[in-house]
Amino acid sequence: MRAQLSPLRKQQTMIKLSQLCRTFMLGDQAVHALNNINLNISPGDYISVMGPSGSGKSTLLNVLGLLDVPDSGHYLLQGTDTTLLSETERARYRREHIGFVFQSYHLVPRLTARENIELPLVLAGIAPHDRQKKVAAILAQLGLTERAGHLPNQLSGGQRQRVAIGRAIVMQPRLLLADEPTGNLDTQSGLDVVAILEQLNQQGITLLVVTHDNALGQRARRRIRMVDGRIVADELAGIIASEADSHA
Amino acid sequence: MRSADLLRFNLQLLLRHRFRSLMILLALAIGVAAVNLLTGLGEGARAYVLNQFSLLGNKTLIMLPGKKETSGGLPPLTGESPRDITLNDATAISRLPGVTAVAPLLVGIAEVRFAGRQREVVIAGTSSDYFSIRQLNVQQGQPLPAMALDTASPVAVIGSTVKRELFGNAPALGQWLKAGDRRFRIIGILSSKGQAMGMDMNDLMLIPVASAQVLFNQPGLFRLLIESNNSDSLPAVKQRVELLMQRRQNGVADITLISQDAILSAFGNILTTLNLAISGIAAISLLVAGILIMNVTLISVSQRTAEIGLLKAIGAADSDIQTLFLSEALLMALLGAIAGMLLSELGLLAMRLRFSDLAFHTPWWARLLALSIALATSLLFAWGPARRAARMSPISALQGKVN
Repeated sequence: MRAQLSPLRKQQTMIKLSQLCRTFMLGDQAVHALNNINLNISPGDYISVMGPSGSGKSTLLNVLGLLDVPDSGHYLLQGTDTTLLSETERARYRREHIGFVFQSYHLVPRLTARENIELPLVLAGIAPHDRQKKVAAILAQLGLTERAGHLPNQLSGGQRQRVAIGRAIVMQPRLLLADEPTGNLDTQSGLDVVAILEQLNQQGITLLVVTHDNALGQRARRRIRMVDGRIVADELAGIIASEADSHA
Repeated sequence: MRSADLLRFNLQLLLRHRFRSLMILLALAIGVAAVNLLTGLGEGARAYVLNQFSLLGNKTLIMLPGKKETSGGLPPLTGESPRDITLNDATAISRLPGVTAVAPLLVGIAEVRFAGRQREVVIAGTSSDYFSIRQLNVQQGQPLPAMALDTASPVAVIGSTVKRELFGNAPALGQWLKAGDRRFRIIGILSSKGQAMGMDMNDLMLIPVASAQVLFNQPGLFRLLIESNNSDSLPAVKQRVELLMQRRQNGVADITLISQDAILSAFGNILTTLNLAISGIAAISLLVAGILIMNVTLISVSQRTAEIGLLKAIGAADSDIQTLFLSEALLMALLGAIAGMLLSELGLLAMRLRFSDLAFHTPWWARLLALSIALATSLLFAWGPARRAARMSPISALQGKVN
């Protein structure tokens, strides 16, 4: 997509985190939310990140999503060192390369389902005519065409999360970050949403899911476990991968 | 973000928070309406006053005794001087080329009595030319007769108020009344006319100037009205009058000549200053509206914290967020200002219908001022909150935490 793509790394590594640290001050105590993280993610990966509360998995997601900036270390996204980007450039990267799905949907309450999905396109300044086509396709893909004119409070939880997914993928990002995407949903709606996310992954999007839910976490091909800001396990479809990466 | 999208986004916001929007629009509308109404009233009053003075006409000079050298400020309306203007001066001036009429004025107050009723009346000694210069008409009888200035004659023309107060509905024409210790026969009654140059033309009695000299025992004239044949020759006439008076008063022209323009510009200055002061007061109400905008924008920012976080997550840069909140405030200011202008126009229309001889209308500069103050205050006061929103960390904003 972008010219900075290193031709050698193409298809090899999409994301490369090296010696990444993020520390928060809680009162006068330093909390190491990310403690020397090394991680490579290939395009098309399906990764779950699990761990107890406070293990740093949300911070990892925020850093990967360019919402947070690490204190030290490097984060290469498709060959670009994102730690050197300005806030405006990070915003553009988020818009063009990254989709977010949140536990509590974060839909804008005054906008209809269609307008919520359209929002990233509006922010990107895309012409109304082009927007309409893209949004219509997404609505059809997610089975929301009938509900397009409804406001979020007129939709069920599952429908809201589907709208949120539509909004996350409307800019056709390469990376989809989901933070407890089924956390607020009943079992059936949760399964529907997971099915949609996995379908998107099969179509080539890189999917990273942060969750407490063991069943959901086990569905991923690659499972990362975090404790106290460190990656303690990195399994690849049942095989325990080398932990050298995370403890280098 | 495209401007059309920005507009739509903000309009949706306004419509979705109807009560809040309505309150702000109201505050802004009242501010703008206050500026427009107050300046409209000021302008109406100003036009009224200027109209009063322009009754004099632009080809008339007023000559006062005594020289006033000070320039700027109000021209002297009353002259005090050791050297009187005499009737001979008036006669000499009336012979100057370009002078078509000369009306001497000798003013005093005397008690006027008729059949047991009495009233303090301003008595002006003048000549028949006064009627043409001041465009006075009589509703009954005739004006003062044309005769030599130094001839006294016991005749009087009275204003309508004097007529009503002394005679009621009884006929006044031909009656003799007593002013001071002199008797005058009423030969005419003035048509009703408003106040002009501070003199109530209805509460007035006009007598020949020579009679007034005797009545008030005063030879010097209060002032002299000089009319030229047209407004272009006024400067030339002014010069000639000055030279003539210089010769007649032994080398020093101890007089002051003023024209309508001088009075008008002086009064114009005062009234413009007054108007600016009024606008300033009105602008304060807009400032109050501005502070309201600041509070509302702050509330809007804190209510929409999660939305700000989301917008940032889906790719809005800090500057986009700032633009969103600033344009929201600007849109409200614009709509409020338009509402305020409509409101003030309605108010002024009502005033015009009620007081038909006052031309109340808001000058364009005041409308522009009100509009730009409304926009500027909203920008100014929304700037801080918008900046605050733009600088929020997206993570805490998503969690609904302001910081």
